[in-house]
Amino acid sequence: MKLLDCPMNGPRNIDEFQSFGPLRQAPDADAAADAEWARHLFRADNRKGVVVEWWRHVPSNFFFLAQRDVVTNEIIRTYAPGSRP
Amino acid sequence: MPLRLLKYGLSRDYPVTGDIPATPELKPSYDVVIVGGGGHGLACAHYLSKYHGIASIAVLEKGYLAGGNTARNTTTIRSNYITQEGVAFYKEGVSLFETLSQELDFNVMFSQRGQLTLAHTEATLRAFHLRAEMGKHMGTRTEVIDAKEVEKLVPELNMDRGGALEILGGLWHADGGTARHDAVAWGFAAQASRRGAEIHQRTEVQGFEVGNGQVRAVVTNRGRVACGSVLIAAGGMNYDVAMMAGVELPIRCYPLQAMVTQPLKPWLHTLVSSVSLHTYLVQSSRGEIVIGGGSDPYQLYSTRSTLDMKEHLAEGAVHLFPFLQGVRLLRQWAGITDMTPDYSPIMGASPLANLWLDCGWGTWGFKATAVAGKRLAETIAKGRVPDLLKPFALERFEKFRLLNEMGATAASH
Repeated sequence: MKLLDCPMNGPRNIDEFQSFGPLRQAPDADAAADAEWARHLFRADNRKGVVVEWWRHVPSNFFFLAQRDVVTNEIIRTYAPGSRP
Repeated sequence: MPLRLLKYGLSRDYPVTGDIPATPELKPSYDVVIVGGGGHGLACAHYLSKYHGIASIAVLEKGYLAGGNTARNTTTIRSNYITQEGVAFYKEGVSLFETLSQELDFNVMFSQRGQLTLAHTEATLRAFHLRAEMGKHMGTRTEVIDAKEVEKLVPELNMDRGGALEILGGLWHADGGTARHDAVAWGFAAQASRRGAEIHQRTEVQGFEVGNGQVRAVVTNRGRVACGSVLIAAGGMNYDVAMMAGVELPIRCYPLQAMVTQPLKPWLHTLVSSVSLHTYLVQSSRGEIVIGGGSDPYQLYSTRSTLDMKEHLAEGAVHLFPFLQGVRLLRQWAGITDMTPDYSPIMGASPLANLWLDCGWGTWGFKATAVAGKRLAETIAKGRVPDLLKPFALERFEKFRLLNEMGATAASH
């Protein structure tokens, strides 16, 4: 069992969480061209290394951010959105 | 074949010939450089050398021959997809497997025993009807069958009558089958190298020299090679390799886990998969039950296995066939799958003129080994993408013309 430390619920089985993929900036809805939207929608960051990604604790529906190494699967840090990491 | 076998049997010294030559020195240039020595890359080398008169080919493989996803997949061959473009493509893939042993003069142990996908809900049955109608329209053998027929096909199945996972019917795909994955790769490799294609194992691509909208050379740990054309067919590493050329692919990598049991007497005569249980089973020719279907729920570049996923696969398998509960597991493994947003592969042109893509094979690449190799060989030789591959172009994402392939995985949808 792998643990994920939820900022609200504490350490829980990672089965209770859902991954929402890497954090990225949404394009400016008024100014963005089609190509920029396509890129935003389909080309998620897939580089090896440490990523910041959205996670959700499913039973409590709490969304937060986690820093995770996608090669070693080490979870470096978790924090609530709005709080400084 | 029989005469040769007889001659071999009667000869005094039983001459041994290696099928695949040892890695030669790298030449300064090749007409075609193929990145990735798995089934797809080797197939492309075979079709290029046999049908297009191109023999100056280097297949570059970071590890050993066919040691990535070619070695790790669960060898399902089928064409019961849902999009017209998908069915047309995979149908050709299945038909190539039907004659592949003759084509390669190498027994790939193709066994067209049929694939049965189980529906435990009405919603799944509705999706099956769509897939069956598309399959019939495209001339494949795909039909929806009821619970009675399911039971007749696989009498060992737990029908779970009145239970939460009652089997309501199935999608029966008589064209489906399985083949020996290593033999497929070795057969292609042997044929290609006999015609002069070079297979360079332990040769890692470290970068590309790009200029004027073209790849000029491929930089490897064993030196630099100039190239006419380049094909990226690197399985789980496709995103990384394409990034070295400055091409950003819409790919996310997830591990896919599988396992096999100890060998049993032959009893499972079809491929069986369950949509709701995210589990599929096939009995290999050695008698092992191959159990697969577990994609990890988050991105990862690691081929570690997890107990959670194995437990989940075992649970599904034991639910379908309760008598498997005492059977031991022999091996478990994972491969890194390069998943696309629409569950369809990316084949054909890239933003660079002479760089071709054979990427985004996610969890569905093995069945396309022959057809992708054949059609991409045609693409490279003629410099033009054939109609069969056009719907799978990289540019479909910019044009919002995705090819949503709900039949891509036996597990989801």
